[in-house]
Amino acid sequence: MQIILNGSPCHTNAATLADALTQAGVTGHIATALNGSFVPAALRDQTPIRDGDRIEALAPMQGG
Amino acid sequence: MPVLYGTHVESALLLGTAGYPSPRILADAFARSGAGIATVSLRRETGGGQDFWALVQSLGARLLPNTAGCHSAKEAVTTAHMAREVFGTDWIKLEVIGHADTLQPDVFELVQAARILAAEGFKVFPYCTEDLTVCERLLDAGCQVLMPWGAPIGSGLGLNNPHGLRALRAAFPDVPLIIDAGIGLPSHAAAAMEMGYDAVLLNSAVARAGDPAMMAGAMADAVRAGRAAYLADPMERTDMAVPSTPVLGKAFL
Repeated sequence: MQIILNGSPCHTNAATLADALTQAGVTGHIATALNGSFVPAALRDQTPIRDGDRIEALAPMQGG
Repeated sequence: MPVLYGTHVESALLLGTAGYPSPRILADAFARSGAGIATVSLRRETGGGQDFWALVQSLGARLLPNTAGCHSAKEAVTTAHMAREVFGTDWIKLEVIGHADTLQPDVFELVQAARILAAEGFKVFPYCTEDLTVCERLLDAGCQVLMPWGAPIGSGLGLNNPHGLRALRAAFPDVPLIIDAGIGLPSHAAAAMEMGYDAVLLNSAVARAGDPAMMAGAMADAVRAGRAAYLADPMERTDMAVPSTPVLGKAFL
């Protein structure tokens, strides 16, 4: 199936949000949202993903 | 010293972490500024996030994550949830942008987001205008700090509406008020503190200076001087001259 990860389409056979991030190599100190809603780190491996889902994986960045 | 949500802050200068020529210069600027609070943000992970995370942790400053770039209450609330997890703080600089050219806040969405986040236990630092009614609504929503702009973000124009900012200070004498955005020079920061503002938040004025660390030191001095001047109760202005040398005893020559 195809998902959108940080704005880019990518193919995955992952069942959960946690798997999808691991497959895409997105690791480290991040926060996640699925289809515009925050998903806490502790719930990523219980959060199923479906075709067309939009995932955001955000990291600490410079800010004013 | 300002007290923000029950936390005593040593320095009245809050400093942003964006736009420095290098991480080393950012760290030097922080050291020179004495700032106890650093603003940070969240962006899509493209590889640099983990290095930056290590850097900000080494600054020794309390972190104030922002919701920069959000244009709706919903976006800002979700970003705040993500920031709380990543940065481990319930402090949030709430920005909801309403206008592309001026980066003015959308004060309607701002109040809505503030209400939601305050009810969830966030300590909300709203980036707002000096509008008295908007500020009243933000306090009603649960904000215990207000951060009116001095001028548009990144403009360096200083305090665009000193009369309005003075009126805001007078209207809410017991609310911590922080000038956020628009500061370009130490004199702007000092002017804000002389008016009785509790603190100043700036970023570009330091990051975009030719020597950011030196400018950080200048800003720290200005904030200290402005605060001391406010506490010293400045003299009244007059339109006419008032001789400072005694007239009595002057010789007839």
